[in-house]
Amino acid sequence: MSTSTVSARPAGDAGAGPGAIPVLTASNISIEYQVTPVVQAVKDVSLTLHRGEILGLAGESGCGKTTLAYGLNQLLKPPALRTSGEIVLHDKDGHDIDVAALSGNALRAFRWDKVSMVFQGAMNALNPVISIKAQLFDVFDTHRPGMSRKEKTQRSRELLELVGVDPKRLDSYAHELSGGMRQRVMIAMALALNPQVMIMDEPTTALDVVVQRGILREIMRLREQLGFAVIFITHDLPMLLEISDRIAVMLQGEIVELNSAEAIYAAPAHEYTRKLLASFPSLTGERGAFVRAGGDTEDNTGEVA
Amino acid sequence: MGALEVRNLTKDFVIRNGFKKTSLRAVNDVSFTLEPGKTIAIVGESGSGKSTVARMIAKLETPSSGEILLDGTPSAQRGASLAKYRHDVQMVFQDPFASLNPFHSIRHHLERPLRIHKVARTQKDVDAAVEELLTRVNLTPAKVFAEKRPHEMSGGQRQRVAIARALAPGARFLIADEPVSMLDVSIRLGVLNLLARLQREENLGVLYITHDLATARHFSDEIIVMFRGNIVERGPSDDVILNPQHEYTKLLLSAAPDPKNQGKLRDEVRNELASTATASGEATAVRDRFGTAGL
Repeated sequence: MSTSTVSARPAGDAGAGPGAIPVLTASNISIEYQVTPVVQAVKDVSLTLHRGEILGLAGESGCGKTTLAYGLNQLLKPPALRTSGEIVLHDKDGHDIDVAALSGNALRAFRWDKVSMVFQGAMNALNPVISIKAQLFDVFDTHRPGMSRKEKTQRSRELLELVGVDPKRLDSYAHELSGGMRQRVMIAMALALNPQVMIMDEPTTALDVVVQRGILREIMRLREQLGFAVIFITHDLPMLLEISDRIAVMLQGEIVELNSAEAIYAAPAHEYTRKLLASFPSLTGERGAFVRAGGDTEDNTGEVA
Repeated sequence: MGALEVRNLTKDFVIRNGFKKTSLRAVNDVSFTLEPGKTIAIVGESGSGKSTVARMIAKLETPSSGEILLDGTPSAQRGASLAKYRHDVQMVFQDPFASLNPFHSIRHHLERPLRIHKVARTQKDVDAAVEELLTRVNLTPAKVFAEKRPHEMSGGQRQRVAIARALAPGARFLIADEPVSMLDVSIRLGVLNLLARLQREENLGVLYITHDLATARHFSDEIIVMFRGNIVERGPSDDVILNPQHEYTKLLLSAAPDPKNQGKLRDEVRNELASTATASGEATAVRDRFGTAGL
Protein backbone atom coordinates (compact mmCIF):
# COMPACT_ATOMS: atom_id res chain seq x y z
CA MET A 1 0.00 0.00 0.00
CA SER A 2 0.93 3.63 -0.15
CA THR A 3 4.06 4.61 1.66
CA SER A 4 3.55 8.35 1.33
CA THR A 5 0.54 8.63 3.62
CA VAL A 6 0.95 9.34 7.28
CA SER A 7 0.86 6.19 9.32
CA ALA A 8 -1.55 7.64 11.88
CA ARG A 9 -4.35 7.29 9.36
CA PRO A 10 -6.64 4.27 9.50
CA ALA A 11 -5.87 1.64 6.91
CA GLY A 12 -8.87 2.34 4.72
CA ASP A 13 -8.05 6.00 4.43
CA ALA A 14 -4.98 5.89 2.20
CA GLY A 15 -4.76 8.57 -0.44
CA ALA A 16 -7.51 10.79 0.94
CA GLY A 17 -7.03 14.52 0.80
CA PRO A 18 -6.68 16.54 3.98
CA GLY A 19 -9.96 17.68 5.49
CA ALA A 20 -11.98 14.89 3.92
CA ILE A 21 -14.97 14.04 6.12
CA PRO A 22 -15.76 10.34 6.34
CA VAL A 23 -19.31 9.25 5.65
CA LEU A 24 -18.90 5.49 5.76
CA THR A 25 -16.22 3.60 7.62
CA ALA A 26 -15.84 -0.11 7.19
CA SER A 27 -13.16 -1.82 9.18
CA ASN A 28 -11.80 -5.35 9.08
CA ILE A 29 -14.69 -6.79 7.11
CA SER A 30 -14.52 -10.50 6.42
CA ILE A 31 -17.22 -12.33 4.55
CA GLU A 32 -17.44 -16.01 3.84
CA TYR A 33 -19.72 -18.22 1.84
CA GLN A 34 -20.54 -21.04 4.18
CA VAL A 35 -20.51 -23.84 1.71
CA THR A 36 -18.18 -26.80 1.73
CA PRO A 37 -15.41 -25.94 1.52
CA VAL A 38 -15.93 -22.48 3.01
CA VAL A 39 -15.08 -19.68 0.59
CA GLN A 40 -13.41 -16.62 2.04
CA ALA A 41 -14.87 -14.04 -0.34
CA VAL A 42 -13.73 -10.92 1.50
CA LYS A 43 -10.72 -10.95 3.79
CA ASP A 44 -10.19 -8.29 6.41
CA VAL A 45 -11.05 -5.30 4.25
CA SER A 46 -11.02 -1.74 5.58
CA LEU A 47 -12.42 1.18 3.65
CA THR A 48 -13.29 4.77 4.42
CA LEU A 49 -15.59 6.67 2.13
CA HIS A 50 -15.66 10.46 2.38
CA ARG A 51 -18.44 12.91 1.68
CA GLY A 52 -18.84 13.69 -2.00
CA GLU A 53 -16.12 11.28 -2.98
CA ILE A 54 -16.08 8.74 -5.79
CA LEU A 55 -14.27 5.67 -4.59
CA GLY A 56 -13.52 3.17 -7.32
CA LEU A 57 -13.46 -0.51 -6.48
CA ALA A 58 -11.58 -2.35 -9.20
CA GLY A 59 -11.18 -6.06 -9.61
CA GLU A 60 -11.98 -9.00 -11.81
CA SER A 61 -14.76 -11.52 -11.57
CA GLY A 62 -14.63 -13.51 -8.39
CA CYS A 63 -12.49 -11.04 -6.46
CA GLY A 64 -15.26 -10.30 -3.98
CA LYS A 65 -16.12 -6.76 -4.97
CA THR A 66 -19.85 -7.33 -5.29
CA THR A 67 -19.90 -9.41 -2.09
CA LEU A 68 -18.21 -6.53 -0.29
CA ALA A 69 -20.76 -4.07 -1.63
CA TYR A 70 -23.60 -6.28 -0.47
CA GLY A 71 -21.91 -6.56 2.90
CA LEU A 72 -21.74 -2.78 3.29
CA ASN A 73 -25.47 -2.59 2.72
CA GLN A 74 -26.39 -5.59 4.89
CA LEU A 75 -27.75 -7.34 1.84
CA LEU A 76 -25.95 -10.63 2.25
CA LYS A 77 -28.08 -13.72 2.20
CA PRO A 78 -27.06 -17.16 3.41
CA PRO A 79 -24.78 -18.91 2.69
CA ALA A 80 -22.93 -15.59 2.67
CA LEU A 81 -22.12 -14.35 6.15
CA ARG A 82 -20.13 -11.44 7.50
CA THR A 83 -17.91 -13.06 10.07
CA SER A 84 -16.22 -9.95 11.36
CA GLY A 85 -15.92 -6.23 10.90
CA GLU A 86 -17.66 -3.00 11.68
CA ILE A 87 -19.58 -0.71 9.39
CA VAL A 88 -20.38 2.77 10.61
CA LEU A 89 -22.28 5.43 8.73
CA HIS A 90 -21.57 8.96 9.90
CA ASP A 91 -24.95 10.54 9.34
CA LYS A 92 -25.39 14.12 8.13
CA ASP A 93 -26.98 15.14 11.42
CA GLY A 94 -23.95 14.01 13.39
CA HIS A 95 -25.16 10.59 14.52
CA ASP A 96 -23.12 7.49 13.92
CA ILE A 97 -25.14 4.51 12.77
CA ASP A 98 -23.77 1.07 13.42
CA VAL A 99 -24.90 -0.56 10.20
CA ALA A 100 -23.73 -3.99 11.21
CA ALA A 101 -26.09 -4.02 14.19
CA LEU A 102 -29.19 -3.01 12.25
CA SER A 103 -31.95 -5.48 11.59
CA GLY A 104 -35.67 -5.65 10.93
CA ASN A 105 -37.47 -2.36 10.54
CA ALA A 106 -34.48 -0.24 11.47
CA LEU A 107 -32.49 -1.86 8.69
CA ARG A 108 -35.34 -1.42 6.24
CA ALA A 109 -35.57 2.26 7.09
CA PHE A 110 -31.81 2.65 6.76
CA ARG A 111 -31.43 1.04 3.38
CA TRP A 112 -32.09 3.26 0.40
CA ASP A 113 -32.58 6.24 2.69
CA LYS A 114 -28.93 6.55 3.70
CA VAL A 115 -27.22 4.11 1.37
CA SER A 116 -28.76 3.18 -1.96
CA MET A 117 -27.55 0.86 -4.62
CA VAL A 118 -27.54 0.59 -8.39
CA PHE A 119 -27.37 -3.11 -9.00
CA GLN A 120 -25.32 -5.02 -11.46
CA GLY A 121 -27.21 -5.77 -14.63
CA ALA A 122 -29.48 -2.83 -13.95
CA MET A 123 -30.70 -3.48 -17.47
CA ASN A 124 -32.73 -6.33 -16.01
CA ALA A 125 -33.23 -5.06 -12.48
CA LEU A 126 -36.48 -3.24 -13.20
CA ASN A 127 -39.76 -5.02 -12.69
CA PRO A 128 -41.11 -5.80 -16.18
CA VAL A 129 -44.79 -5.96 -15.24
CA ILE A 130 -45.29 -2.66 -13.45
CA SER A 131 -44.65 0.83 -14.76
CA ILE A 132 -41.67 2.99 -13.90
CA LYS A 133 -44.02 5.19 -11.92
CA ALA A 134 -45.28 2.34 -9.79
CA GLN A 135 -41.72 1.33 -9.00
CA LEU A 136 -40.72 4.82 -7.97
CA PHE A 137 -43.89 5.14 -5.89
CA ASP A 138 -42.92 1.93 -4.17
CA VAL A 139 -39.86 3.64 -2.75
CA PHE A 140 -41.92 6.54 -1.39
CA ASP A 141 -44.66 4.29 -0.03
CA THR A 142 -42.10 2.38 1.98
CA HIS A 143 -39.94 5.22 3.22
CA ARG A 144 -42.13 8.32 3.13
CA PRO A 145 -45.60 7.04 3.96
CA GLY A 146 -46.88 10.55 4.53
CA MET A 147 -46.43 11.70 0.96
CA SER A 148 -49.53 12.50 -1.03
CA ARG A 149 -50.05 11.13 -4.50
CA LYS A 150 -49.44 14.54 -5.97
CA GLU A 151 -46.15 14.94 -4.14
CA LYS A 152 -45.03 11.51 -5.24
CA THR A 153 -45.80 12.25 -8.87
CA GLN A 154 -44.06 15.59 -8.57
CA ARG A 155 -40.94 14.04 -7.05
CA SER A 156 -40.90 11.20 -9.59
CA ARG A 157 -41.02 13.66 -12.46
CA GLU A 158 -38.24 15.66 -10.86
CA LEU A 159 -36.08 12.57 -10.51
CA LEU A 160 -36.47 11.54 -14.13
CA GLU A 161 -35.62 15.06 -15.23
CA LEU A 162 -32.58 14.96 -13.00
CA VAL A 163 -31.17 11.92 -14.78
CA GLY A 164 -32.10 13.15 -18.23
CA VAL A 165 -35.14 11.03 -19.00
CA ASP A 166 -38.31 12.62 -20.29
CA PRO A 167 -40.87 12.63 -17.41
CA LYS A 168 -43.46 11.47 -19.93
CA ARG A 169 -41.76 8.10 -19.60
CA LEU A 170 -43.17 7.65 -16.09
CA ASP A 171 -45.98 5.50 -17.42
CA SER A 172 -43.66 3.37 -19.55
CA TYR A 173 -42.66 -0.16 -18.77
CA ALA A 174 -39.07 -1.36 -18.68
CA HIS A 175 -39.16 -3.04 -22.07
CA GLU A 176 -40.18 0.22 -23.71
CA LEU A 177 -36.95 1.88 -22.64
CA SER A 178 -33.50 1.52 -24.16
CA GLY A 179 -30.64 0.13 -22.10
CA GLY A 180 -29.23 3.55 -21.29
CA MET A 181 -32.63 4.85 -20.25
CA ARG A 182 -33.24 1.89 -17.97
CA GLN A 183 -29.89 2.57 -16.40
CA ARG A 184 -30.83 6.19 -15.86
CA VAL A 185 -34.14 5.17 -14.30
CA MET A 186 -32.23 2.90 -11.93
CA ILE A 187 -30.05 5.81 -10.94
CA ALA A 188 -33.12 8.01 -10.48
CA MET A 189 -34.54 5.37 -8.19
CA ALA A 190 -31.36 5.22 -6.19
CA LEU A 191 -31.47 9.02 -5.84
CA ALA A 192 -35.11 9.07 -4.77
CA LEU A 193 -34.50 9.58 -1.05
CA ASN A 194 -31.40 11.74 -1.35
CA PRO A 195 -29.00 9.12 0.02
CA GLN A 196 -25.62 10.04 1.36
CA VAL A 197 -23.94 7.06 -0.21
CA MET A 198 -24.64 5.35 -3.50
CA ILE A 199 -23.11 2.00 -4.32
CA MET A 200 -22.93 1.40 -8.04
CA ASP A 201 -22.15 -2.12 -9.11
CA GLU A 202 -20.98 -2.17 -12.73
CA PRO A 203 -23.54 0.48 -13.71
CA THR A 204 -22.32 0.90 -17.26
CA THR A 205 -20.86 -2.47 -18.19
CA ALA A 206 -23.44 -3.52 -20.75
CA LEU A 207 -23.64 -0.12 -22.41
CA ASP A 208 -21.97 1.32 -25.48
CA VAL A 209 -19.13 3.74 -24.92
CA VAL A 210 -21.04 6.80 -26.04
CA VAL A 211 -24.00 5.99 -23.80
CA GLN A 212 -21.62 5.08 -21.00
CA ARG A 213 -19.97 8.45 -21.26
CA GLY A 214 -23.37 10.14 -21.01
CA ILE A 215 -24.21 8.22 -17.83
CA LEU A 216 -20.82 8.89 -16.25
CA ARG A 217 -21.25 12.56 -16.97
CA GLU A 218 -24.68 12.39 -15.35
CA ILE A 219 -23.28 10.73 -12.25
CA MET A 220 -20.52 13.33 -11.98
CA ARG A 221 -23.01 16.18 -12.40
CA LEU A 222 -25.45 14.78 -9.83
CA ARG A 223 -22.64 14.29 -7.39
CA GLU A 224 -21.61 17.93 -7.77
CA GLN A 225 -25.20 19.06 -7.31
CA LEU A 226 -26.31 16.72 -4.54
CA GLY A 227 -23.04 15.90 -2.82
CA PHE A 228 -23.48 12.17 -2.28
CA ALA A 229 -20.55 9.80 -2.12
CA VAL A 230 -20.19 6.96 -4.59
CA ILE A 231 -18.62 3.53 -4.41
CA PHE A 232 -18.13 2.66 -8.05
CA ILE A 233 -17.51 -1.01 -8.75
CA THR A 234 -16.11 -2.08 -12.10
CA HIS A 235 -13.33 -4.01 -13.77
CA ASP A 236 -12.61 -1.11 -16.08
CA LEU A 237 -9.58 0.50 -14.48
CA PRO A 238 -9.00 3.20 -17.13
CA MET A 239 -12.55 4.40 -16.59
CA LEU A 240 -12.07 4.47 -12.83
CA LEU A 241 -8.83 6.39 -13.22
CA GLU A 242 -10.72 8.98 -15.16
CA ILE A 243 -13.63 9.49 -12.80
CA SER A 244 -12.67 8.48 -9.27
CA ASP A 245 -10.95 10.36 -6.50
CA ARG A 246 -9.55 7.24 -4.90
CA ILE A 247 -9.28 3.66 -6.09
CA ALA A 248 -9.18 0.38 -4.23
CA VAL A 249 -7.87 -2.62 -6.15
CA MET A 250 -9.22 -5.97 -5.03
CA LEU A 251 -7.66 -9.36 -5.62
CA GLN A 252 -8.98 -12.60 -4.19
CA GLY A 253 -10.95 -10.93 -1.42
CA GLU A 254 -8.31 -8.49 -0.33
CA ILE A 255 -7.72 -4.87 -1.09
CA VAL A 256 -4.18 -5.01 -2.37
CA GLU A 257 -3.85 -1.32 -3.05
CA LEU A 258 -5.80 1.76 -2.01
CA ASN A 259 -4.72 5.21 -3.01
CA SER A 260 -5.67 8.35 -4.87
CA ALA A 261 -6.33 7.87 -8.58
CA GLU A 262 -3.30 10.00 -9.42
CA ALA A 263 -1.01 7.85 -7.30
CA ILE A 264 -2.40 4.59 -8.68
CA TYR A 265 -1.85 5.80 -12.21
CA ALA A 266 1.56 7.37 -11.67
CA ALA A 267 3.05 4.83 -9.30
CA PRO A 268 1.09 1.62 -8.88
CA ALA A 269 2.62 -0.12 -5.90
CA HIS A 270 1.19 -3.61 -6.20
CA GLU A 271 2.13 -5.99 -8.96
CA TYR A 272 -1.50 -6.84 -9.68
CA THR A 273 -2.39 -3.17 -10.14
CA ARG A 274 0.42 -2.87 -12.66
CA LYS A 275 -0.87 -5.94 -14.41
CA LEU A 276 -4.40 -4.56 -14.57
CA LEU A 277 -3.13 -1.27 -15.91
CA ALA A 278 -1.10 -3.06 -18.55
CA SER A 279 -4.17 -5.03 -19.60
CA PHE A 280 -5.64 -1.96 -21.20
CA PRO A 281 -3.77 -0.85 -24.27
CA SER A 282 -3.50 2.88 -24.58
CA LEU A 283 -5.65 4.39 -27.25
CA THR A 284 -3.17 6.99 -28.34
CA GLY A 285 0.14 5.70 -27.02
CA GLU A 286 2.88 4.09 -29.06
CA ARG A 287 1.55 1.37 -31.30
CA GLY A 288 2.34 -2.19 -30.45
CA ALA A 289 4.36 -1.15 -27.42
CA PHE A 290 2.50 -3.55 -25.20
CA VAL A 291 1.53 -6.17 -27.72
CA ARG A 292 3.79 -9.13 -27.98
CA ALA A 293 5.52 -7.94 -24.87
CA GLY A 294 3.40 -10.05 -22.59
CA GLY A 295 3.46 -13.18 -24.69
CA ASP A 296 0.32 -15.18 -25.18
CA THR A 297 0.37 -17.80 -22.50
CA GLU A 298 -2.29 -17.98 -19.88
CA ASP A 299 -1.38 -16.42 -16.61
CA ASN A 300 -3.43 -17.44 -13.66
CA THR A 301 -3.18 -14.39 -11.46
CA GLY A 302 -6.59 -13.28 -10.41
CA GLU A 303 -8.30 -15.81 -12.58
CA VAL A 304 -10.98 -18.16 -11.42
CA ALA A 305 -11.21 -21.47 -13.15
CA MET B 1 -3.36 -17.87 -51.54
CA GLY B 2 -6.32 -15.77 -52.33
CA ALA B 3 -8.24 -13.33 -50.24
CA LEU B 4 -11.69 -13.15 -48.71
CA GLU B 5 -13.58 -10.43 -50.45
CA VAL B 6 -16.85 -8.84 -49.49
CA ARG B 7 -18.67 -6.88 -52.17
CA ASN B 8 -21.62 -4.54 -51.61
CA LEU B 9 -22.98 -6.64 -48.79
CA THR B 10 -26.47 -5.58 -47.68
CA LYS B 11 -28.84 -7.11 -45.18
CA ASP B 12 -32.46 -6.20 -44.58
CA PHE B 13 -34.36 -7.62 -41.66
CA VAL B 14 -38.13 -7.79 -41.86
CA ILE B 15 -39.87 -6.55 -38.77
CA ARG B 16 -43.43 -7.74 -38.30
CA ASN B 17 -45.66 -5.58 -36.23
CA GLY B 18 -49.11 -7.07 -36.29
CA PHE B 19 -50.05 -7.13 -39.96
CA LYS B 20 -47.60 -4.38 -40.76
CA LYS B 21 -44.28 -5.36 -42.21
CA THR B 22 -41.40 -2.98 -42.23
CA SER B 23 -37.83 -3.67 -43.11
CA LEU B 24 -34.73 -2.58 -41.32
CA ARG B 25 -31.50 -2.22 -43.17
CA ALA B 26 -28.93 -3.65 -40.76
CA VAL B 27 -26.01 -3.56 -43.18
CA ASN B 28 -25.80 -1.27 -46.15
CA ASP B 29 -23.37 -1.71 -49.02
CA VAL B 30 -20.33 -2.95 -47.13
CA SER B 31 -17.23 -3.92 -49.11
CA PHE B 32 -13.74 -4.87 -48.03
CA THR B 33 -11.02 -7.38 -48.76
CA LEU B 34 -9.38 -9.47 -46.10
CA GLU B 35 -5.93 -10.67 -47.15
CA PRO B 36 -4.23 -13.68 -45.56
CA GLY B 37 -1.91 -12.59 -42.79
CA LYS B 38 -3.82 -9.36 -42.19
CA THR B 39 -6.27 -8.28 -39.53
CA ILE B 40 -9.19 -6.01 -40.20
CA ALA B 41 -11.13 -4.63 -37.26
CA ILE B 42 -14.74 -3.58 -37.55
CA VAL B 43 -15.69 -1.23 -34.74
CA GLY B 44 -19.03 0.27 -33.88
CA GLU B 45 -21.67 0.35 -31.19
CA SER B 46 -24.41 -2.19 -30.70
CA GLY B 47 -26.83 -2.00 -33.57
CA SER B 48 -24.18 -0.78 -35.98
CA GLY B 49 -24.41 -3.97 -38.00
CA LYS B 50 -20.91 -5.20 -37.30
CA SER B 51 -22.02 -8.57 -35.98
CA THR B 52 -24.42 -9.01 -38.89
CA VAL B 53 -21.48 -8.60 -41.26
CA ALA B 54 -19.61 -11.28 -39.33
CA ARG B 55 -22.59 -13.61 -39.36
CA MET B 56 -23.06 -13.18 -43.09
CA ILE B 57 -19.43 -13.99 -43.77
CA ALA B 58 -19.70 -17.04 -41.51
CA LYS B 59 -22.83 -18.00 -43.50
CA LEU B 60 -25.08 -17.87 -40.49
CA GLU B 61 -27.12 -15.19 -42.17
CA THR B 62 -28.04 -14.85 -45.84
CA PRO B 63 -27.18 -11.50 -47.37
CA SER B 64 -30.08 -9.61 -48.99
CA SER B 65 -27.71 -8.61 -51.74
CA GLY B 66 -24.02 -8.51 -52.42
CA GLU B 67 -21.42 -11.22 -52.65
CA ILE B 68 -18.78 -12.91 -50.59
CA LEU B 69 -15.87 -14.11 -52.71
CA LEU B 70 -13.24 -16.56 -51.61
CA ASP B 71 -10.17 -16.73 -53.82
CA GLY B 72 -12.12 -14.79 -56.41
CA THR B 73 -15.05 -17.19 -56.65
CA PRO B 74 -18.49 -16.42 -55.22
CA SER B 75 -19.32 -18.58 -52.21
CA ALA B 76 -22.41 -20.72 -52.02
CA GLN B 77 -25.04 -20.53 -49.34
CA ARG B 78 -25.64 -24.30 -49.13
CA GLY B 79 -24.50 -27.72 -50.18
CA ALA B 80 -21.07 -29.16 -50.78
CA SER B 81 -19.55 -25.90 -51.86
CA LEU B 82 -20.65 -24.33 -48.57
CA ALA B 83 -18.84 -27.10 -46.73
CA LYS B 84 -15.78 -26.29 -48.79
CA TYR B 85 -16.12 -22.62 -47.90
CA ARG B 86 -16.24 -23.55 -44.24
CA HIS B 87 -12.90 -25.34 -44.52
CA ASP B 88 -11.44 -21.95 -45.04
CA VAL B 89 -13.62 -19.55 -43.09
CA GLN B 90 -14.48 -20.16 -39.45
CA MET B 91 -15.96 -18.15 -36.64
CA VAL B 92 -15.09 -17.59 -33.00
CA PHE B 93 -18.05 -16.47 -30.92
CA GLN B 94 -18.28 -13.93 -28.16
CA ASP B 95 -19.32 -16.12 -25.27
CA PRO B 96 -17.00 -19.07 -24.59
CA PHE B 97 -19.33 -20.19 -21.82
CA ALA B 98 -22.17 -20.72 -24.26
CA SER B 99 -20.29 -21.86 -27.35
CA LEU B 100 -18.84 -25.02 -25.84
CA ASN B 101 -21.02 -27.97 -24.93
CA PRO B 102 -20.80 -28.68 -21.20
CA PHE B 103 -21.44 -32.39 -21.71
CA HIS B 104 -18.44 -33.02 -23.90
CA SER B 105 -14.73 -33.07 -23.35
CA ILE B 106 -12.43 -30.68 -25.16
CA ARG B 107 -11.23 -33.63 -27.22
CA HIS B 108 -14.76 -34.13 -28.53
CA HIS B 109 -15.05 -30.45 -29.48
CA LEU B 110 -11.89 -30.68 -31.56
CA GLU B 111 -12.43 -34.16 -32.98
CA ARG B 112 -15.72 -33.31 -34.61
CA PRO B 113 -14.48 -30.62 -36.99
CA LEU B 114 -11.41 -32.76 -37.76
CA ARG B 115 -13.61 -35.68 -38.80
CA ILE B 116 -16.37 -33.69 -40.47
CA HIS B 117 -13.88 -31.82 -42.61
CA LYS B 118 -11.87 -35.00 -43.15
CA VAL B 119 -8.68 -33.43 -41.92
CA ALA B 120 -7.81 -36.60 -40.06
CA ARG B 121 -9.35 -40.02 -40.58
CA THR B 122 -7.75 -42.64 -38.37
CA GLN B 123 -8.00 -42.35 -34.60
CA LYS B 124 -4.24 -42.01 -34.43
CA ASP B 125 -4.27 -39.07 -36.81
CA VAL B 126 -7.16 -37.46 -34.97
CA ASP B 127 -5.42 -37.76 -31.62
CA ALA B 128 -2.27 -36.27 -33.03
CA ALA B 129 -4.22 -33.42 -34.64
CA VAL B 130 -6.07 -32.64 -31.39
CA GLU B 131 -2.81 -32.40 -29.52
CA GLU B 132 -1.27 -30.28 -32.18
CA LEU B 133 -4.25 -27.89 -32.12
CA LEU B 134 -4.14 -27.50 -28.35
CA THR B 135 -0.43 -26.85 -28.49
CA ARG B 136 -0.94 -24.21 -31.15
CA VAL B 137 -3.28 -22.29 -28.85
CA ASN B 138 -0.94 -22.74 -25.90
CA LEU B 139 -3.07 -25.13 -23.91
CA THR B 140 -0.30 -27.37 -22.70
CA PRO B 141 0.10 -30.11 -21.64
CA ALA B 142 -2.29 -30.91 -24.48
CA LYS B 143 -3.03 -34.43 -23.22
CA VAL B 144 -4.38 -33.05 -19.95
CA PHE B 145 -6.46 -30.30 -21.53
CA ALA B 146 -7.98 -32.65 -24.11
CA GLU B 147 -9.72 -34.65 -21.37
CA LYS B 148 -11.12 -31.63 -19.53
CA ARG B 149 -14.65 -30.40 -19.79
CA PRO B 150 -15.54 -26.76 -20.32
CA HIS B 151 -16.50 -26.13 -16.68
CA GLU B 152 -13.02 -27.07 -15.56
CA MET B 153 -11.49 -24.23 -17.54
CA SER B 154 -11.36 -20.48 -17.19
CA GLY B 155 -12.94 -18.15 -19.73
CA GLY B 156 -9.62 -17.49 -21.42
CA GLN B 157 -8.87 -21.16 -21.75
CA ARG B 158 -12.30 -21.82 -23.17
CA GLN B 159 -11.85 -19.12 -25.73
CA ARG B 160 -8.56 -20.76 -26.71
CA VAL B 161 -10.46 -23.99 -27.25
CA ALA B 162 -12.94 -22.10 -29.41
CA ILE B 163 -10.05 -20.74 -31.46
CA ALA B 164 -8.52 -24.22 -31.77
CA ARG B 165 -11.88 -25.55 -32.92
CA ALA B 166 -12.07 -22.84 -35.57
CA LEU B 167 -8.58 -23.75 -36.76
CA ALA B 168 -9.34 -27.47 -36.87
CA PRO B 169 -10.76 -27.60 -40.42
CA GLY B 170 -7.66 -25.80 -41.60
CA ALA B 171 -9.24 -22.36 -41.67
CA ARG B 172 -7.36 -19.60 -43.40
CA PHE B 173 -9.73 -16.89 -42.26
CA LEU B 174 -11.06 -16.38 -38.78
CA ILE B 175 -14.10 -14.26 -37.99
CA ALA B 176 -13.80 -13.26 -34.34
CA ASP B 177 -16.93 -11.58 -33.01
CA GLU B 178 -16.00 -9.77 -29.78
CA PRO B 179 -13.69 -12.65 -28.81
CA VAL B 180 -12.53 -11.11 -25.55
CA SER B 181 -15.36 -8.93 -24.32
CA MET B 182 -16.66 -11.62 -21.97
CA LEU B 183 -13.23 -12.37 -20.54
CA ASP B 184 -11.57 -10.94 -17.49
CA VAL B 185 -9.41 -7.98 -18.32
CA SER B 186 -6.11 -9.50 -17.28
CA ILE B 187 -6.45 -12.44 -19.67
CA ARG B 188 -7.79 -10.52 -22.67
CA LEU B 189 -4.40 -9.58 -23.99
CA GLY B 190 -3.24 -13.18 -23.85
CA VAL B 191 -6.06 -14.28 -26.15
CA LEU B 192 -5.53 -11.33 -28.48
CA ASN B 193 -1.81 -12.00 -28.58
CA LEU B 194 -2.60 -15.58 -29.52
CA LEU B 195 -4.69 -14.37 -32.46
CA ALA B 196 -1.91 -11.98 -33.43
CA ARG B 197 0.66 -14.76 -33.35
CA LEU B 198 -1.49 -17.08 -35.46
CA GLN B 199 -2.07 -14.29 -37.93
CA ARG B 200 1.64 -13.56 -38.13
CA GLU B 201 3.08 -17.07 -38.07
CA GLU B 202 0.41 -19.00 -39.90
CA ASN B 203 -0.67 -16.33 -42.32
CA LEU B 204 -4.18 -16.28 -40.95
CA GLY B 205 -6.61 -13.58 -42.05
CA VAL B 206 -8.53 -12.26 -39.04
CA LEU B 207 -11.70 -10.21 -39.02
CA TYR B 208 -11.84 -8.72 -35.53
CA ILE B 209 -15.26 -7.41 -34.57
CA THR B 210 -15.14 -5.22 -31.48
CA HIS B 211 -16.35 -2.11 -29.76
CA ASP B 212 -12.99 -1.55 -28.14
CA LEU B 213 -11.06 1.02 -30.13
CA ALA B 214 -7.81 0.57 -28.26
CA THR B 215 -7.41 -3.13 -28.97
CA ALA B 216 -8.69 -2.61 -32.51
CA ARG B 217 -5.86 -0.19 -33.07
CA HIS B 218 -3.17 -2.40 -31.60
CA PHE B 219 -4.25 -5.68 -33.12
CA SER B 220 -5.29 -4.78 -36.61
CA ASP B 221 -3.83 -3.41 -39.79
CA GLU B 222 -7.00 -1.74 -40.94
CA ILE B 223 -10.02 -0.37 -39.08
CA ILE B 224 -13.51 -0.06 -40.46
CA VAL B 225 -15.89 2.11 -38.44
CA MET B 226 -19.56 1.25 -38.83
CA PHE B 227 -22.55 3.33 -37.86
CA ARG B 228 -26.10 2.16 -38.45
CA GLY B 229 -25.15 -0.33 -41.10
CA ASN B 230 -22.90 1.98 -43.05
CA ILE B 231 -19.15 2.24 -43.17
CA VAL B 232 -18.44 5.79 -42.09
CA GLU B 233 -14.68 5.60 -41.99
CA ARG B 234 -11.93 3.16 -42.89
CA GLY B 235 -8.19 3.14 -43.20
CA PRO B 236 -4.92 2.00 -41.65
CA SER B 237 -5.58 1.63 -37.94
CA ASP B 238 -3.25 4.37 -36.77
CA ASP B 239 -4.76 6.87 -39.20
CA VAL B 240 -8.29 6.14 -38.06
CA ILE B 241 -7.50 6.35 -34.36
CA LEU B 242 -4.95 9.13 -34.29
CA ASN B 243 -6.39 11.22 -37.05
CA PRO B 244 -10.11 10.49 -37.28
CA GLN B 245 -11.96 12.23 -40.08
CA HIS B 246 -15.57 11.34 -39.53
CA GLU B 247 -17.49 12.98 -36.72
CA TYR B 248 -18.84 9.68 -35.47
CA THR B 249 -15.34 8.24 -35.14
CA LYS B 250 -14.34 11.34 -33.22
CA LEU B 251 -17.33 10.89 -30.93
CA LEU B 252 -16.46 7.24 -30.31
CA LEU B 253 -12.88 8.16 -29.56
CA SER B 254 -13.83 10.93 -27.18
CA ALA B 255 -16.11 8.55 -25.30
CA ALA B 256 -13.45 5.87 -24.78
CA PRO B 257 -12.02 6.02 -21.27
CA ASP B 258 -8.46 7.23 -21.15
CA PRO B 259 -6.61 7.25 -17.83
CA LYS B 260 -4.67 10.25 -19.05
CA ASN B 261 -7.84 12.32 -18.74
CA GLN B 262 -7.82 12.12 -14.98
CA GLY B 263 -10.32 14.49 -13.46
CA LYS B 264 -11.14 15.94 -16.85
CA LEU B 265 -14.75 14.86 -16.78
CA ARG B 266 -15.12 16.21 -13.24
CA ASP B 267 -13.67 19.56 -14.26
CA GLU B 268 -15.80 19.68 -17.37
CA VAL B 269 -18.93 19.03 -15.33
CA ARG B 270 -17.90 21.63 -12.76
CA ASN B 271 -17.28 24.23 -15.43
CA GLU B 272 -20.54 23.40 -17.08
CA LEU B 273 -22.41 23.80 -13.82
CA ALA B 274 -20.52 26.96 -12.99
CA SER B 275 -21.28 28.63 -16.27
CA THR B 276 -24.91 27.54 -15.77
CA ALA B 277 -25.04 27.12 -19.50
CA THR B 278 -26.65 23.78 -18.83
CA ALA B 279 -27.49 23.56 -22.49
CA SER B 280 -25.53 20.62 -23.73
CA GLY B 281 -21.99 20.90 -24.92
CA GLU B 282 -20.53 19.92 -28.20
CA ALA B 283 -20.59 16.20 -27.54
CA THR B 284 -24.34 16.26 -27.01
CA ALA B 285 -24.77 18.16 -30.23
CA VAL B 286 -22.94 15.48 -32.17
CA ARG B 287 -24.86 12.81 -30.31
CA ASP B 288 -28.11 14.50 -31.23
CA ARG B 289 -27.15 14.63 -34.83
CA PHE B 290 -26.48 10.92 -34.78
CA GLY B 291 -29.68 10.32 -32.92
CA THR B 292 -28.21 8.47 -29.99
CA ALA B 293 -29.29 11.06 -27.45
CA GLY B 294 -31.29 9.59 -24.65
CA LEU B 295 -30.28 6.07 -25.55
